[in-house]
Amino acid sequence: MMAEKILLKGNEAMVEAAIEAKCRFFAGYPITPQNEVPETMARRMPQVGGTFIQAESELAAINMIFGASAAGARCMTSSSSPGISLKLEGISYIAAAELPCVIANVQRGGPGLGNIRAAQGDYFQAVKGGGHGDYRLIVLAPAGVQELYDLTMKAFDWADLYRNPVLMLGDGLLGQTAEPVVKKKYRPACKLPKKDWALTGCTNRKSNVVKTLMLGSVEALADHNRHLVQKYKKIESELSLVEEYMTDDAELIVSGYGMTARIAKGAVKNARAKGLKVGLIRPISVWPFPTDTFKRAAEKADKFLVVEMSNGQFVEDVKLAIECKKPVEFMGVGGGWYPTPENVLEKIETVLGG
Amino acid sequence: MEFKKTKVLKDNPTHYCPGCGHGIVHRLVAECIDELGIRERTIGTAPVGCAVLLYNYFDCDIIECSHGRSPATATGIKRVHPDKIVFTYQGDGDLAAIGTAETIHAANRGENITVIFVNNAIYGMTGGQMAPTTMIGQKSTTSPRGRGENHEGPPIKVCELLSKLDGVEYLERVAVNSAKDVRRAKKAIRKGFTNQLGDKGFSLIEVLSMCPTDWKIKPAEAVNFVEEDMKKVFPLGVYKNRSGD
Repeated sequence: MMAEKILLKGNEAMVEAAIEAKCRFFAGYPITPQNEVPETMARRMPQVGGTFIQAESELAAINMIFGASAAGARCMTSSSSPGISLKLEGISYIAAAELPCVIANVQRGGPGLGNIRAAQGDYFQAVKGGGHGDYRLIVLAPAGVQELYDLTMKAFDWADLYRNPVLMLGDGLLGQTAEPVVKKKYRPACKLPKKDWALTGCTNRKSNVVKTLMLGSVEALADHNRHLVQKYKKIESELSLVEEYMTDDAELIVSGYGMTARIAKGAVKNARAKGLKVGLIRPISVWPFPTDTFKRAAEKADKFLVVEMSNGQFVEDVKLAIECKKPVEFMGVGGGWYPTPENVLEKIETVLGG
Repeated sequence: MEFKKTKVLKDNPTHYCPGCGHGIVHRLVAECIDELGIRERTIGTAPVGCAVLLYNYFDCDIIECSHGRSPATATGIKRVHPDKIVFTYQGDGDLAAIGTAETIHAANRGENITVIFVNNAIYGMTGGQMAPTTMIGQKSTTSPRGRGENHEGPPIKVCELLSKLDGVEYLERVAVNSAKDVRRAKKAIRKGFTNQLGDKGFSLIEVLSMCPTDWKIKPAEAVNFVEEDMKKVFPLGVYKNRSGD
């Protein structure tokens, strides 16, 4: 039997993947350019016996997720840049309480109200914390609708496995692009732990408490934070997703994440056709960052070029990964527009020529 | 009648100040849960503020929420487990200032939860700052000349405000400053839980309570303050009983 292939917008694909992965609770608040997520959820959730709530605000939405996740449900929320800023308080609590959930950020231009076009200005917010305190999110940055579908499904498993929120870091371009998607049957990506911590009423067991307040001894919070650090180290050692393209003999490594990297890949192909020795590294998980891949590449390549739809955030992680052992050129595109393969190729030629 | 320990309350000594009403309200909630035999299917939410350590005292599943968001968190829990009994326990800052939106919208959605709202007209744990329910002329560390109607606005009357929402099932204001009032408070809290057992929707019980520490008066005077000052501004009574039971 042929696998079902249908045309879906990125935003719709996330919903279909979530529902296939047994997500049964969604709370969100409308904001462009991610509105197809709550709209499709509103239509689809009742069909599978799940819950959709249009919350009164992003704060309420993320705190509904806090409750639903604590109650043991697979749950998801989505938003776009200004809305994610509002959710950060709740995200910090969810990370501190070690609750699993999937959060999508379909990034738009900023800061402030910015505009509703594709941008990548929330990278720091996504991978460095954003909300208060020491925490990390697993951050996945797909570069196409099929990959978005596949990773969304896995995101629920990784969230459960590590008891940590997973952030799908997309942008308006990915959310609004329609591409053919092969729908896949959900199979757990890993052995999933029992949710014996969930709040289900304490029938025949001791009562469960979900909390983030760590009073008591001076060491109480330090102990909890050390435990979190150990968990984050484990995630770093186990989870790294990266695409390498023609890097073996590359003199110049181009890098970026998400849709920008896909555009850059087109430019790399065109550069190769011109005989230029150029390759691409595209982190798919931007936290954990695929540091080893960059380190290895830095041993051979002469230079790096980072392309991103912001004025320079991801570029800092590339420099850190290669410990500044090779020059890193930067092509930043801010303000809610994206570079074309021609723009990137032009930059490649300048960098190689210089 | 024999006065016994409840099954729900643990043996841990509470951290509350002498003369504070939280101990009484905890006891009333616990008695209701015990009498209805629902401890093993109850999920509570603890607020930010004095009652944040609720989970040290209640032996049932508890989540400690961020400031003001309990009604949203409780909504998530209740929608996942419609057969469980979900209650929030919130103070005046939590429910009527930072969490006003969550309160109004959970009420308006008719979420089938029970809200225990402890109103002592001041911020307790943070040290006696002005609350949304601080009364005109009442001094606090952030209204040192007394709350002024023109500057800070009059106190928010939560039961009166929510009574205008069609989605709400039950609203009653009670107090815990006298034995008679405590008995009435228990009855109201019990009704809040039985409403939920009967899937009737959103119930909120506002409990006028004492805070001698931050009012900077003796516990005995605090009891009188509730009687003579607070009850004038926040009259006791049933503000809504949609199904009339």
